Amino acid sequence: MRVHFTVNGRQHEADDVWEGESLLYVLRERMGLPGSKNACEQGECGSCTVRLDGVPVCACLVAAGQAEGREVVTVEGLAAHAGQRAQRSGGAPARSEGGQAALAPIQQAFIDAGAVQCGFCTPGLLVAADELLDRQPNPSDADIREALSGNLCRCTGYEKIMDAVRLAASRQGEAARR
Amino acid sequence: MDFLRPASWEDALAAKAEHPAAVPIAGGTDVMVEINFGHRRPEHLLDLGRIEELATWETDRDTVRLGAGVPYTKIMESLRAELPGLALASHTVASPQIRNRGGVGGNLGTASPAGDAHPALLAAGAEVEAESVRGSRLIPIDAFYTGVKRNALAPDELIRAVRIRKARGPQQFSKVGTRNAMVIAVCAFAIALYPAERRVRTGIGSAAPTPVRAEEAEAFLAAALDEERLWDSGARIAPSLAEKFAGLCAAACDPIDDVRGTADYRRHAVGVMARRTLTWTWEAYRAAPAADRREGGAV
Ligand SMILES: Cc1cc2nc3c(=O)[nH]c(=O)nc-3n(C[C@H](O)[C@H](O)[C@H](O)COP(=O)(O)OP(=O)(O)OC[C@H]3O[C@@H](n4cnc5c(N)ncnc54)[C@H](O)[C@@H]3O)c2cc1C
Ligand code: FES
Ligand code: FES
Repeated sequence: MRVHFTVNGRQHEADDVWEGESLLYVLRERMGLPGSKNACEQGECGSCTVRLDGVPVCACLVAAGQAEGREVVTVEGLAAHAGQRAQRSGGAPARSEGGQAALAPIQQAFIDAGAVQCGFCTPGLLVAADELLDRQPNPSDADIREALSGNLCRCTGYEKIMDAVRLAASRQGEAARR
Repeated sequence: MDFLRPASWEDALAAKAEHPAAVPIAGGTDVMVEINFGHRRPEHLLDLGRIEELATWETDRDTVRLGAGVPYTKIMESLRAELPGLALASHTVASPQIRNRGGVGGNLGTASPAGDAHPALLAAGAEVEAESVRGSRLIPIDAFYTGVKRNALAPDELIRAVRIRKARGPQQFSKVGTRNAMVIAVCAFAIALYPAERRVRTGIGSAAPTPVRAEEAEAFLAAALDEERLWDSGARIAPSLAEKFAGLCAAACDPIDDVRGTADYRRHAVGVMARRTLTWTWEAYRAAPAADRREGGAV
């Protein structure tokens, strides 16, 4: 079957999609967007987290046909997505380098806090953490733990990830006050 | 495989009548795991995601008619006051990503003994609104679970909604697992107090081939509370009474040993949860003003 949906603001279409295929497979294997990772294919790890009509979901558990006509944001579109949010709230527009959107604040914070080791869990964590900051600009530690409870990381022990989200939240707060 | 995408409820019922073996897919959090691992290769997938009324709920004075596709996240956010037991149970399901997609219709469709909605629905005395092109019927939750991962739906039926009476007394839900997120229940327990009717209902998960109520424990407790006039006095429940109730709840289990826990452990843990949740709900009942207590309006 053929499916159409918007990914990171651009209309995409994929042909010859098998009816039982997941949104994750279509993104990675048919649309050339390998940022969302495939680790467990059973909803346990969160490394495939994308936003479907704004809501964080495991792309491995969404049938491709269920995404028809909907809007998907993947880690590849996170910087642009966060940039639009900053502009809406009157903050600085996203910096861009050579026409490419710069990193989203949450991405920069992961780097600065040392929250990336092998990096396999990172795209899913970034999408989940960015959605938290969208919804709750000033999250408590409990809020962060809850929002990220569906994302597994085998490397970092999570403390640096907590640091990164706190850092992004405080930078976002400063930017909004400026 | 065919992907059926009905735009309306009527179309969905017609499709299910035409293809009774079609597998409905709502949030997909059970169905897609089975497809990804090749455990299921249905000829037809019936996507219910486009049917708006499944994703909404209606309330009247006494009841919530919860659309089969309302995700757990919405239940937690919007129905905590009306359905406290189910909201607590929803919060223990998996992770935010799963709760954003999965819902009660899918939990009932799978009818796993470990599904977290079931104990809360049993304690709340819910009714499942099943519909087909032949018509609509209400299945009492006590008659819904017919075996391990089996339910009372006919092949051409879909779940339209679950009808749940609004809480008229304190409710609690408790679940044992190895961590707070992403655990299938080792066992689970739900309790609801009905002060106006002087009754208590329970639900036990993951400790028998199907979700079950502890009916003997309920009857014992109702009689004991009456006899000691505790509904009126609002006095504390004696530890010995709570222990007896806990023991009867444990005895209502018919558990197995498996990777998540032994049968003995499950019986023990159900007893502990029964005692604790009884204490929590009873303390909430006692804390309500006496006038509210008499009207049974305390939540
Ligand atoms: C990682 C992970 C963790 C999980 N943790 C938990 C947990 O902690 N607790 C828990 O209870 N569950 C858990 N689950 C299981 C699952 O999320 C729940 O059972 C959920 O309620 C299923 O809802 P759904 O909408 O996604 O169902 P789907 O997968 O869409 O459907 C499930 C079943 O119900 C049928 N169905 C769906 N809607 C209808 C309808 N309207 N009428 C008739 N049949 C219908 C489908 O055909 C299918 O058989 C987990 C799943 C995953 C992947
Ligand atoms: S790959 Fe989707 S949750 Fe692990
Ligand atoms: S950095 Fe390796 S899994 Fe998280």
